[in-house]
Amino acid sequence: MAETEEHVAPPAAPAHPGSHPTAKEYVRIGLILFVLTALEVTASYTDVSGAVLIPTLYVLAVIKFVLVVMWFMHLKFDDRRYARFFVMGLAGAATLYLIVLISFRVFAR
Amino acid sequence: MDVAAATAQQHDEHQTTTGLPHTKLGMWVFLSSECLLFGALISTYVLYRGRSTVGPFPDEVFDIPYTSVSSFVLLASSLTMVLALAAAQKRDMQRMRLWLLATALLGMTFVGGQVYEFTVFHEEGLDITTNLFGTTFYTLTGFHGVHVTVGILMLLSLVGMSMAQRLPADASFPVEMVGLYWHFVDIVWIVIFTVVYLVPTPRPGGP
Repeated sequence: MAETEEHVAPPAAPAHPGSHPTAKEYVRIGLILFVLTALEVTASYTDVSGAVLIPTLYVLAVIKFVLVVMWFMHLKFDDRRYARFFVMGLAGAATLYLIVLISFRVFAR
Repeated sequence: MDVAAATAQQHDEHQTTTGLPHTKLGMWVFLSSECLLFGALISTYVLYRGRSTVGPFPDEVFDIPYTSVSSFVLLASSLTMVLALAAAQKRDMQRMRLWLLATALLGMTFVGGQVYEFTVFHEEGLDITTNLFGTTFYTLTGFHGVHVTVGILMLLSLVGMSMAQRLPADASFPVEMVGLYWHFVDIVWIVIFTVVYLVPTPRPGGP
């Protein structure tokens, strides 16, 4: 008879002991993400000028981005080489497209 | 796959020249390349922002409260995804399947919401060929929607494989791989939500 995953599974043991956050920590990060999103939406309805609003929105988005990548995608806990590969693509894309946007004077408008 | 084969496979994955599982390294390289794809689409949207000469314009069609709910739904799906991983690491397969199904359902809610949004925009006269806004908006959000749909199929496949007992005893690795893709789709939406929906778009000739 084929053994099943439930039958043969030994007692609980994480694949990377102590390296990944617990469910409670995940929920805490999730709550922070919800609050940040609520702040973003609230900020977009305020009457502040674009010079204040737009950087605020981008900063909040960057914080959310970093939280997901570091905690939910485990870059904070995993081998640094994964982070290097990801940052290489991210930084490459950011540099390339910033040059394109600057060339077309998008930020001067 | 029987347990011996699964163990052998997991063992092989760790016998690499880098000491890292190639599958995981490959997933990160893939996600890195996806940054270039979505970077191009987001940059194109920004480049043509406010350059449409005919309407409908973004402020005429966007329903921010509605899209905010969609954003909360996608964020919630990222949370359920990591809870599925936590359950898989504890080898609690039933709870893992439950969280994976919850993630897939939240993903379906998001995609369903996007389809509804596209339908409303179409009724308001915004199609992909209407103006620059329509072209760049539908291309960017459409590509993202397709990625979410692929993620849903991956999640449902994991659930199906788990129910058919085709996953190894320690299912945390495949769950983590699908999770990486799913969270990437989430971070792309974090950027799209801010750049496309929340940052105000100037009208042509306006302030």
